[in-house]
Amino acid sequence: MSAIGKARSMKIRIFVTLKNGVLDPQGKAIHHALESLDFKGVNDVRAGKLIELDVDDGTSDSDIEKMCEKLLANTVIENFEIEKLADQATEEV
Amino acid sequence: MKSAVLVFPGSNCDRDMAVALETVTGKTPHMVWHGDSTLPDGLDIIAIPGGFSYGDYLRSGAMASRANIIDAVVKAANSGVNVLGVCNGFQILTEIGLLPGALMRNENIDFICKDVALSVGQSQSVFTSGYKKDETITIPVAHHDGNYFADDDGLNRLEDNDQIAFRYAKNINGSARNIAGILNAHGNVLGMMPHPERAIDSKHGGADGLRLFESLLS
Repeated sequence: MSAIGKARSMKIRIFVTLKNGVLDPQGKAIHHALESLDFKGVNDVRAGKLIELDVDDGTSDSDIEKMCEKLLANTVIENFEIEKLADQATEEV
Repeated sequence: MKSAVLVFPGSNCDRDMAVALETVTGKTPHMVWHGDSTLPDGLDIIAIPGGFSYGDYLRSGAMASRANIIDAVVKAANSGVNVLGVCNGFQILTEIGLLPGALMRNENIDFICKDVALSVGQSQSVFTSGYKKDETITIPVAHHDGNYFADDDGLNRLEDNDQIAFRYAKNINGSARNIAGILNAHGNVLGMMPHPERAIDSKHGGADGLRLFESLLS
């Protein structure tokens, strides 16, 4: 059955975070909001982005890195981390 | 003088930019759609206007900086054509890499929309020759992501090479070293958060932006 099924794909998660030393006004605002809700012991908050990609199985690591460098992250201010989730078929057979 | 104004989905200062350029040059600018891949021949100035290109998705200016027309803009800039990016245009220029650094969310996370006093950082460029160094001028800002960031080495380079065109007299958004506008190393690319095209007529609140466009003519 798999021979006539759709190409297998994989899920990629890309975490984009601000580099250390780059001020994060949104994180700061969230921190203040948590404090105003009376949550104690929160020392710092940094906000980032999670981007999920569904890509063809076999998409190379270097292509995914290029996607991050060329568009998904601005490497002047941001770092990115790539997490690959387990392979999965796009369609149940 | 032959000019072009780029237009992206979500640009909203393209018309004001065109009016400013036409007022000064006497010629109607070419409006160039982002999906085109060529610019008109013989341009003297390309303007990237303000607005919210692509809804500021991902990062302000990120999607526009990968648009079809950008290769032609980079080629033109590298061959010496003047490029002016205002507000979202400045964000796009940093995302392209024609200008160093990045524009982040304002430090106080407010959208700031008001007239601000700027100090002219240098008067040696094609954009700033109509001003005096250290002169104070008034130009409106309207932005959420105008907080200029670069690392210390980058900031020192900007200062050493005399690339800081405008500084906020009073820091409104957290920008490193009060930076409101910078030039590239060759001085033919200017990015600035304040809107000179909104300050070209004294009947409309001030004309300090007019001299920037007039500088280009001389």
